[in-house]
Amino acid sequence: MSQLEQTKKEHTFYLNMGPQHPSTHGVLRVLLEMDGEHCLENEPVLGYGHRMQEKMGESRTWAGFMPNTARMDYLSALIYNHGYVGLVERMLGIECPRRAEFIRVITDELNRVQSHLLWLGAYLLDLGAFTPIMYTFDDREQILDILEDVTGSRLTYSYHRVGGVARDIDDKFIDATRAFIKRLRSRFVIYEELVNGNIIFLKRVKDIAYFTADMAKRYGLTGPCLRGAGIPYDIRKAEPYSIYPELDFEIPVGEKGDCLDAYMVRFKEMEQSLRIIEQCLDKLPEGPSRVKVPRRAKIPQGDASYSVETGHGELAYYMVSDGTDVPYRLKIRVPSFSNLSLLPELCRGMLLADLAMTMGTLDLVIPEIDR
Amino acid sequence: MELLNILPPELLRIVITAVIIVAFTFLNCMILGYAERKLAGFFQMRPGPMEVGPWGILQLMIDGVKLIAKQLIIPKDSGKFLFRIAPLLAFMPVALSFIVIPFSEKLQVRDLDLGLVFMLGIMALHVVSTLLAGWVSNNKYALFGAIRAVAQNIAYEVPMLLSLLSVVFISNTLSMQGIIKAQGPLWNIFVQPLAFIIYFVAAIAETNRAPFDLPEAESELTAGFHTEYSGMGFSLFVLGEYTNMFFVCAIATVVFLGGWSGPPLPFFAYSGIIWFFAKVYFLLFVMIWVRWTYPRTRFDQLLNFCWMYLIPFSLVNLLLTAVGVKLVK
Repeated sequence: MSQLEQTKKEHTFYLNMGPQHPSTHGVLRVLLEMDGEHCLENEPVLGYGHRMQEKMGESRTWAGFMPNTARMDYLSALIYNHGYVGLVERMLGIECPRRAEFIRVITDELNRVQSHLLWLGAYLLDLGAFTPIMYTFDDREQILDILEDVTGSRLTYSYHRVGGVARDIDDKFIDATRAFIKRLRSRFVIYEELVNGNIIFLKRVKDIAYFTADMAKRYGLTGPCLRGAGIPYDIRKAEPYSIYPELDFEIPVGEKGDCLDAYMVRFKEMEQSLRIIEQCLDKLPEGPSRVKVPRRAKIPQGDASYSVETGHGELAYYMVSDGTDVPYRLKIRVPSFSNLSLLPELCRGMLLADLAMTMGTLDLVIPEIDR
Repeated sequence: MELLNILPPELLRIVITAVIIVAFTFLNCMILGYAERKLAGFFQMRPGPMEVGPWGILQLMIDGVKLIAKQLIIPKDSGKFLFRIAPLLAFMPVALSFIVIPFSEKLQVRDLDLGLVFMLGIMALHVVSTLLAGWVSNNKYALFGAIRAVAQNIAYEVPMLLSLLSVVFISNTLSMQGIIKAQGPLWNIFVQPLAFIIYFVAAIAETNRAPFDLPEAESELTAGFHTEYSGMGFSLFVLGEYTNMFFVCAIATVVFLGGWSGPPLPFFAYSGIIWFFAKVYFLLFVMIWVRWTYPRTRFDQLLNFCWMYLIPFSLVNLLLTAVGVKLVK
């Protein structure tokens, strides 16, 4: 053992962050090797909430797996729905009615705004500011009320169906959504005054935890963190699905890839989502919202994949079928898993306070990682 | 009456004062606890406690019952005796500081010649209990909190004393009553605005309040130095914190805001007390306001802010004050 290693051994100690720690946001354990308040090495330990979602997908019919999709990422449940029905439609060769596609995009984007609002509050809670989470929860409640009216649940939605959506939207939904968009735009002003110009906040997030473009590519980082590093990669533009090609919206990108950029990207993304919803509401076509698909339809032999952009990054479903109504193999690529894999390299030599904040920036959803 | 004649009057005064001090400590904690929750609700656009009693005023009593009823869990490998003694130490020094606070011209236990120094000295003991609590808990998060508390308190004590010293130069006395009387119609906050700002920032850091609540930063350290404390042990720390808050604001009132002085109110005899409490609780309101608005600083930024800005500025202020005093005389 060299002298340096000897000193290191004597000076460092291990610290368990989690599985019950306020800033891991779930049952994630991160084993830290600390030197004082500096974290030398860290290793995420996964598996506390593992439920074998992929195996479940392979042991029940494609329709029976539908509710599971919402339970992996409870913040982007509708987008998870969308990805799965998109995949099955692609496998079955079904064309979804246009009205249903619009409804899907509206609900998806509402779900994304909801996810970002919760992230905004939780992130500032990681920074020690308690008040913003109450504000964002208030806004989030409005979305949940709107979605509850149409989907029937508040968190783990199973609203999308193969061949459409479960229920058509009505005028009440449209009015409520328009009112909400107006309200949220006025609330952005409050957030900007309360948070974005705060010197303590800026000092905490500026120049912390660089996601360089090279590093992001090596680890397969997706979502707002990647866009914060200046790479305009968004599935909605890169690999358009549903009716996104027809819509006019921008992909916000950052410059340096520090925590502030990731923060600003998410902040601007909420505005873009509102734009998308407004356009969809304006263009909403008449027609059926669902076509009949037999519940035990056999999936033709072959394989296919389908990617969607959740609030946290790229979600990809990949299915191999042997011709029955039960998938032979179902693989789910979740964004948070690859985002988390960045943590050990990103946080080497970082202060404990910054490490908690970096985990907040990555916006990890633990049930999604431990799926 | 027989008993009263036997007892020396001085002893009777001590007993009565001690009872009043302890009662007031708890009362103050209750008022502040309620104010904290209600104001937090106000800032966060929610009602705050509503259920227990009208406007939730009995909430604190219910909380008290809950905390007393809870078991005090002592970690296996901790120092048992010191673990029990630490919360008491948090509470004891703050009770002593009441001796020199001038609530009005007459209502003061003792007007010591070195009143200000006595008060600051006693208040500095607070950090011992924090260190002790964090250290004997045998928990790494608690130890982090304890180390942070010591570094933070030692750092911020310096600008706090320097800013108070510049006022002492003007008033030429360290007695609490003397400082109030030396102010006259123009309060020291107008003569020494920079000193007041530095003092108030340092005071927030001294009492471990947000945005400087690093010793108990829950997002990093779960609960910091009182991670392992439950029930009454924990509530004694809270009691200590709230009483400490009252003291730093009381010092600010005496030194910068003219203490009990103010235009006479309808209840002429008591107007001094009313003015004093109004000023103290206004400052406490500001502290609560700051807490529910700002995010937490990082530890190195906190120390840098003290050593790089507060101390140089307070030294410059002290120098200018000294020159000014010399010129005027």
